[in-house]
Amino acid sequence: MAASSVAVSELLHNMNKQISVLYPKAACVIRRISTPSSRCDSQLQLRAKSAPQQLVGVVGLEVHAQINSKTKLFSGSPVGFSAPPNCLVSPFDASLPGTLPVLNKRCVEAAVMTGLALNCTINKKSLFDRKHYFYADLPAGYQITQLRRPIAVDGMLTYSLLGGKKRSQVIRKTVTIKQIQLEQDSGKSLHDDLRSQTLIDLNRAGVGLMELVMEPDMSCGEEAAAAVRELQLILQALGTCHANMSEGQLRVDANVSVHKPGEPLGIRTEVKNINSVRYLARAIDYEIQRQTEVLQRGGTVQNETRAYDSKSGETIPMRDKEGLQDYRFMPEPNLPPVIVYEDNASLPTGIDACQAVVVQKIRAGLPELPSVKRDRLVQTYGILPEHGFTLVNEDGLVEYFEAVLKATKKEPRKVIGWVTNELVGRLKQQDMSVSQSPISPSALAELLELQESGHISSSVAKQVFQEMWRSSGKTASQIIQEQDLGLVSDATQLHNICQKVVDSHPDEVHAIRNGNKKVLNKLMGLVQKETKGRADPVLVRAILQEKTS
Amino acid sequence: MLSLTIREVSAALREGRISPTELCRTCLNRIKKTQHLNAYITVTEELALKQAREAEARLLRGAPKGPLDGIPFAVKDNFCTENIKTTCASKMLNDYTPPYNATVVQKLFDQGAVLMGKANMDEFAMGAGSTDGAFGPVRNPWSYAAPYRERTGAAPDSDWVITGGSSGGSAAAVASLTSYLALGSDTGGSTRNPGALCGVVALKPTYGLLSRHGLIPLVNSMDVPGIMTRSVSDAAIVLGILQGQDMRDSTTTPAPSWLTELPEHFDVKNICVGIPKEYHAPGLSEETLAQWSRVADMFERAGARVKQVSLPHTQHSIVCYHVLCHAEVASNMARFDGLEYGHRSEVDSSTEAMYASSRHEGFNDVVRGRILSGNYFLLKQNYEHYFVKAQRVRRLIADDFKRAFSSGVDVLLTPTTLADAARYSNFTQEDNWTRSAQDDVFTQPVNMAGLPAISVPTALSSRGLPIGLQLIGPALQDNKLLSVAQWLEQRVGFPSISDCGDESGNEAGMANREQTSAV
Repeated sequence: MAASSVAVSELLHNMNKQISVLYPKAACVIRRISTPSSRCDSQLQLRAKSAPQQLVGVVGLEVHAQINSKTKLFSGSPVGFSAPPNCLVSPFDASLPGTLPVLNKRCVEAAVMTGLALNCTINKKSLFDRKHYFYADLPAGYQITQLRRPIAVDGMLTYSLLGGKKRSQVIRKTVTIKQIQLEQDSGKSLHDDLRSQTLIDLNRAGVGLMELVMEPDMSCGEEAAAAVRELQLILQALGTCHANMSEGQLRVDANVSVHKPGEPLGIRTEVKNINSVRYLARAIDYEIQRQTEVLQRGGTVQNETRAYDSKSGETIPMRDKEGLQDYRFMPEPNLPPVIVYEDNASLPTGIDACQAVVVQKIRAGLPELPSVKRDRLVQTYGILPEHGFTLVNEDGLVEYFEAVLKATKKEPRKVIGWVTNELVGRLKQQDMSVSQSPISPSALAELLELQESGHISSSVAKQVFQEMWRSSGKTASQIIQEQDLGLVSDATQLHNICQKVVDSHPDEVHAIRNGNKKVLNKLMGLVQKETKGRADPVLVRAILQEKTS
Repeated sequence: MLSLTIREVSAALREGRISPTELCRTCLNRIKKTQHLNAYITVTEELALKQAREAEARLLRGAPKGPLDGIPFAVKDNFCTENIKTTCASKMLNDYTPPYNATVVQKLFDQGAVLMGKANMDEFAMGAGSTDGAFGPVRNPWSYAAPYRERTGAAPDSDWVITGGSSGGSAAAVASLTSYLALGSDTGGSTRNPGALCGVVALKPTYGLLSRHGLIPLVNSMDVPGIMTRSVSDAAIVLGILQGQDMRDSTTTPAPSWLTELPEHFDVKNICVGIPKEYHAPGLSEETLAQWSRVADMFERAGARVKQVSLPHTQHSIVCYHVLCHAEVASNMARFDGLEYGHRSEVDSSTEAMYASSRHEGFNDVVRGRILSGNYFLLKQNYEHYFVKAQRVRRLIADDFKRAFSSGVDVLLTPTTLADAARYSNFTQEDNWTRSAQDDVFTQPVNMAGLPAISVPTALSSRGLPIGLQLIGPALQDNKLLSVAQWLEQRVGFPSISDCGDESGNEAGMANREQTSAV
C-alpha cells in the first residue's frame, strides 16, 4: 500500500509538470497580465547585484472605499446603484441653501471597524474639513472630508503574494496605512460631446467614502495588486464595503515614482481610472517602465495626473485642471467633532450607549479576517500555506473546496491540488469566476471518488476533468464509459505490454539492475504511454520490478 | 389693536374682541399703506388669509394651538419657506423657491402663527443698513413719525433714515405694526442693530439654542436666528417656542429647562451689572452714552451692583470677525453656481465661463468682495496667518466674556449701536465694509463668543429716533437675561410708534409715556 501511494504521488508530480508544460504560453500571459512577478523579482535580483545604478519603482496608493450603508454620510437619502438618475437626492445632497449635514453613525462605525481590522489607532476625536473646488458634480463647491484629524491613523496592512521559482511560496509583506478618513462621494458627470452638454446625476453625491492612504511601501504592480486584493477581502469580510472595483465601490489611485535605492524619492505621477486589480498592476508597471525610460533618456518625470487606458495598456496625461489646485481647506463649521468612546464605562453621563460609537463593542464584533481564515484552513485540512492563500483569494473557492470535501472520502490534501491547480488554472485561463465553473463541486467529487476507488488512474482523471470542462453536464462516469477510459488491470495484458517495453529498452533495464531504481519510472511512463495512461500503476510497478530484478 | 404686544393681542383673540382674519386683513392693509418702507420682499397675502381662517376655526372651537395662534408674523428672506420665494435679497436667488421650511418657521406654523411675508434685508445678510439688497433699501418707520419730522424738519421722502441691518425689513415690519413678531438672523448684530434703530426688542439667543436648519447661512459658526418683538415678554414667549435641539442641526443643544414666563416683578438687588470699559468706543454718540449712563444709574439706584469690567480683546474683534466671516462666506457661497438652482447666466461657452458669469451677475459687489477676500484668507499660504490667527483671537474674545462672568457679573450693559439711525444719504457715502466695521462694534464680539444678547429700546434721541441698549448674558442664561431686560423695559418707558403720531402725529401720547417712565 505504501508503495502504491508513493507511485501515485510521483505520477501526480509528473502530471503537474506536464500541465505546466502544457500551458507555458497561457501561464506566461496570465502572469504578465495579472502579476508581472518577473519584473519585481528581477528588480530584486538586480538590486542585490548592482544596487546604485538600478532604478526601482515606488508605489503608494489612495483607495476610496464606498461605505456599505443604507443611507448617505450626511443625509437620509438611500444609497443605491441602479436607481434612475437624480432619484436618490435629498435637499442636502443637492446643496440647497440652508441645509445642514447630519452625520450617519453607521458610516462612523464602518470606518472604526475598518480601522481596527487594519491595526489603526482610532482617534477618539476626529474633525471634518471642507475641501473646495468647482466641479459640476460637486454641488456644494466643496467636499466634506477629514484632512486635519481623520477617524483612524497609523495602521498596517499585511498582505501576501506567491513567489519563488514555482510561484508557490507565500511571501508576506506589509504596507503602512497612513490614515482612514471619512468623506463624501461626488455625483457623476456624463459628458455628451455631440450636444456639448454635461448631464449631472447626484444619486452618488454624498454617499459615504472611506479614503485609505497607503504609504509608498510597495515597489511594483504585483505588490500593489496583492495589497488591494487583501484590502478587498478584508472589507468584504467586515461588510463595510462591497469593494467591487468595476462598480466603483473601490477606487484606487496609484502614486508612482522611480528612484535609485538610497536616494530621495523621484517625482511622482498619480495614475487614475483603474477599475480592476489586474489593471492596477498593469498600470503601475507600465508607469514604472515609462518613467524609467524617460529618466534613462535623460528626461524628467512631470508631476501630473495620468489616466490608465485599459485598451492600450498605457497611461496618458489627463487634461490638467488649471494647474495647481489650492483646495482652501477650512474646518466644517456645521459638524461638531466626532467622538468615539473606548468602552461603555468611558461614556459620559447623559450619553445614550445606543447613540454612541463604542470601540470595544465594534472590536468584539469583528469577523474572522482573511489571514486568520487562511491559517485555519491550513490547520484544519493539512494543506500548504499557498493553498490557503489561493483558496481565500479566489471568491467562492473556499466554499467550493469544502463542498467537494463533503461529497468525497478523499483526503483534503489530495483534493486541494485539483481545486487550486486544475480548477483555478482553467478558470484563470478563461477569465472566469468560481461561480461560473462548468464543473460543480459534486461533479468534481464524483470524479475524485472514481479515482480514489481505483476505477481510473490519476492521469485519466485529468483527462476526464478536461472533458467535463468542455462538455458541461456530462458526469465523469459517463465520459469514462463513452471513451473507455477505465483502468486496465488485466494482468496478462499488462504483462505483455511490460514485456515489450523491457525488451525494447535493454539499457534502462541494465541500469536498474545495477541499482539505479529511478530508471524504473521511465519504464512505467512508457507503459502508461502505451496504455494511454489507463494502466493500473500499482500493478505495472510490481510487474516491471519483477521483470527487471 | 395693531400696536399691542403678542400677549395682549393673543388675549384679544381668545376673548373674541377681534378675529384672526380681521387681524390679518388689518395687517395686510397696513402693509399696503406702508409699502414705501420696502419692509417686505414678498407679501404672502393668500397664505396669510388661509392660515388666519384656520386659526379662526381653532379659536372658535376654543382650541387654540398656543399663544401665537392667529398672530401675524414676518420672516427675514434668508429663512427657507416651503413653496414661498426665498431670495436673500439677491439676484442670485431671485426666483428661488425652497422645497422645505426652516425649522424655526415650521415651529411658528405649528403654533398657528400667520405668515404675512418675507422681510427685506441686505443681500445675503451682508450689511448693517439694509441698504444693500437687490430689492432696494428699507426705510425706517420712525422716519415718518412725528418726533423725527418735527424735531429735524426733515422732508419725508428725501431725508428718511435707515433701519440698520441686515434684518432691517424684519425690524421695520415689527416697528411699523404690520407684524407682531419677526424672525431676523444675527451673525454680527444683524438682529440687534436694526432692533435698536427701529425701536423694537431684538433678541439674539445663545448659539445652538435655536436651529439654523433652513437659515441660509452667512457664517455658520456665528449665525443665530433672532427674535424681534414689541416687548421682552413677547420675545420670551417666542424663544420658549423656538428653542431646543433639532436633529437637522448638529450644532443645536437641548434647551435648559426654565419657565418661559418671565417674573412680573424681577428683583435686581442680587444682580451684578458689568459695564465693559472698552465699549466706551470712539464714535459713540453723546446721547447714546447718556442713555447708557442713565440706565446704569437706574440699576444702581434699584440696588444692583454695577461695576466696570474689562474685555481687553474687544478692539481686535472687528478685524478678526471679518477674516472668519469672509472665509466662511467664500465657502458657503461656493454652492451658488447656477446649476441646481439660482441665477444662471446666458453665457454657456464652458462650464467655468457659466459659473463665472452666473456668479458675477448674481451677486452684488459686497458679496463678491467678501468671496474674494475670504478665498484669499483660505489659501494654503495664508491660512495660518489669517484664519488660524483669527480663530485664536476669537477664543481670546470668548475668554474675555467668560472671565467677566466668572467674576460675578450676571449681565453686561452696553450700547447696541454707536448712535441713532443715520440718514440714508449719509449712510451710503461710506462703503459697506466701513459701515459694518463701525456699526457692529458693540454687537459682534457676542457672536464670536456665542452668547445671548438683547437690545432693548430705551429712549428717543433728540432727532426723535430710537436708541437701544444691549444686555449680554452668559451662555444658555437667556432666561435670566430676559428677566433683566424686562426689568429695564418696564422702567425706561419707550414709546410706541403709534403714540408718536406716525403719519397723523400724536406727540402727546409719547410725552405721557416718557413722563411715567422717568420715575
